[in-house]
Amino acid sequence: MSLLKMDHIQKGFDGLDVIKDISVEVREGEILSIIGPSGSGKSTLLRCATLLETIDSGNLEYLGEEAAWTVEGKAVYASKNKLKELQSCFGLVFQNFNLFPHMSVLQNIMDAPVRVQKIDKEVAKKEAYELLKKMGLEDKASAYPYQLSGGQCQRVAIARALALHPKILFFDEPTSALDPELTQEVLKVIKSLSDLHIAMVIVTHEMAFAREISDKVIFMADGIIVEEGTPDEVFASNNERTRTFLGNYGNISMTNVL
Amino acid sequence: MTFAEIVWQLAGGMGVSIQLFVITLLLSLPLGLVIALGRMSKNGLLSGFIKFYISIMRGTPLMLQLMVVYFGPYYIFGIKVTNDYRIWAALIGFVLNYAAYFAEIYRSGIQSMPVGQYEAAKLLGYSKGQTFFIIILPQVIKRILPSVTNEVITLVKDTSLAFTISVAEMFTTAKALASSQTSMMPFVAAGLFYYIFNFVVAWGMEFIEKKLDYYR
Ligand SMILES: Nc1ncnc2c1ncn2[C@@H]1O[C@H](COP(=O)(O)OP(=O)(O)OP(=O)(O)O)[C@@H](O)[C@H]1O
Ligand SMILES: [Mg+2]
Repeated sequence: MSLLKMDHIQKGFDGLDVIKDISVEVREGEILSIIGPSGSGKSTLLRCATLLETIDSGNLEYLGEEAAWTVEGKAVYASKNKLKELQSCFGLVFQNFNLFPHMSVLQNIMDAPVRVQKIDKEVAKKEAYELLKKMGLEDKASAYPYQLSGGQCQRVAIARALALHPKILFFDEPTSALDPELTQEVLKVIKSLSDLHIAMVIVTHEMAFAREISDKVIFMADGIIVEEGTPDEVFASNNERTRTFLGNYGNISMTNVL
Repeated sequence: MTFAEIVWQLAGGMGVSIQLFVITLLLSLPLGLVIALGRMSKNGLLSGFIKFYISIMRGTPLMLQLMVVYFGPYYIFGIKVTNDYRIWAALIGFVLNYAAYFAEIYRSGIQSMPVGQYEAAKLLGYSKGQTFFIIILPQVIKRILPSVTNEVITLVKDTSLAFTISVAEMFTTAKALASSQTSMMPFVAAGLFYYIFNFVVAWGMEFIEKKLDYYR
């Protein structure tokens, strides 16, 4: 089943066309990586997909239901209630975590399930502990975000998103605020999520990681998709633009991965 | 007259001062928040009106504002006010003035919050109200506490301005006693009262700040 369908999306910021004409489809359990040079519109695309930005034109569908469509060249969005309902099927992990600093790790993870989804407190707590265990953070439940390393913060942010049982999880450069060592621990955790069969859309500059984990890779530049395909196809591409961007990554050996 | 007798004579005034202080705070802190939200409203008419109100409150002396509230009903509308109205006028004047100052403090605190907090809350499905009261406001309170402390300490001293409309608070009583006794002592007692009062207030605010020290 198609979880997300973006059709001919356009988005600009006062005169600057950032997303020119992009169509993307994400299917159940699929892992999609988006790579591309800085400023190519990757974050903007993700922000449109997660309803943090409104598109200028195009179609946006979640679970086969329309969230936005185009009438006479202008995007129209579904009702607030409808969007709220559709929104519950996806989560987003930010580059700089955006944890709530005044809440403990446990509260960060279980507050939304309890308050938003009205899940029983004890049930939510039990699940939060299970998630923390999966993230290797059992002993940090009562810590506050300022007491954690960047990598630990990002793992809490992932647990927080997972606690709401999204069908798609978006990641916007989840490791680019981290040093190489912490990057590896977070990538490992993301990789371990693949057995949860949640679809993932990952914007990343970690080429080896993208190549190993993805079912599909999209290479974006200047607001359009230059190339898309399996990792092997894209990383072995003969397209000049792709080759220039990938540089040495194209030849990276799989033994270096994680 | 001994010092103890003077303090005894001033006790009623002290009670009134403390009352003015407590009630003003209890009303102006929440009102300030409402005003701050109005000031940030997308409705230009509302935010413009509130901006004007705040500029009046900050740009004219509090003493003058008290007089307007007290004498206004008679001079403007010809309504005869009773003696009881003095304390009400003082409260209305203080609350309107302090709410304006608090509103600007709230506003600066709210605007200093990183947009990422709102975005994270939205993605987690929090409603607008939940986002504000559960995610944003607690962090804002911690951020603005030092500025609020400053205002609160100023309020302790400002209660003496109720003297201008003859509210029988601490300072009014002390001045009357000083002239009837031809003595400095009532003023010394008054000074001591304000000093101790502020000492307690500062201690209380420090206690709250420590309470919120559990995160950064
Ligand atoms: N809110 C905004 N207002 C105006 N311009 C914006 C805004 N957000 C993004 N842009 C512009 O859109 C373009 C694409 O930005 P975007 O953040 O999507 O790129 P990116 O591919 O994520 O880059 P990076 O790899 O550096 O994160 C940039 O030129 C940026 O300046
Ligand atoms: Mg980006």
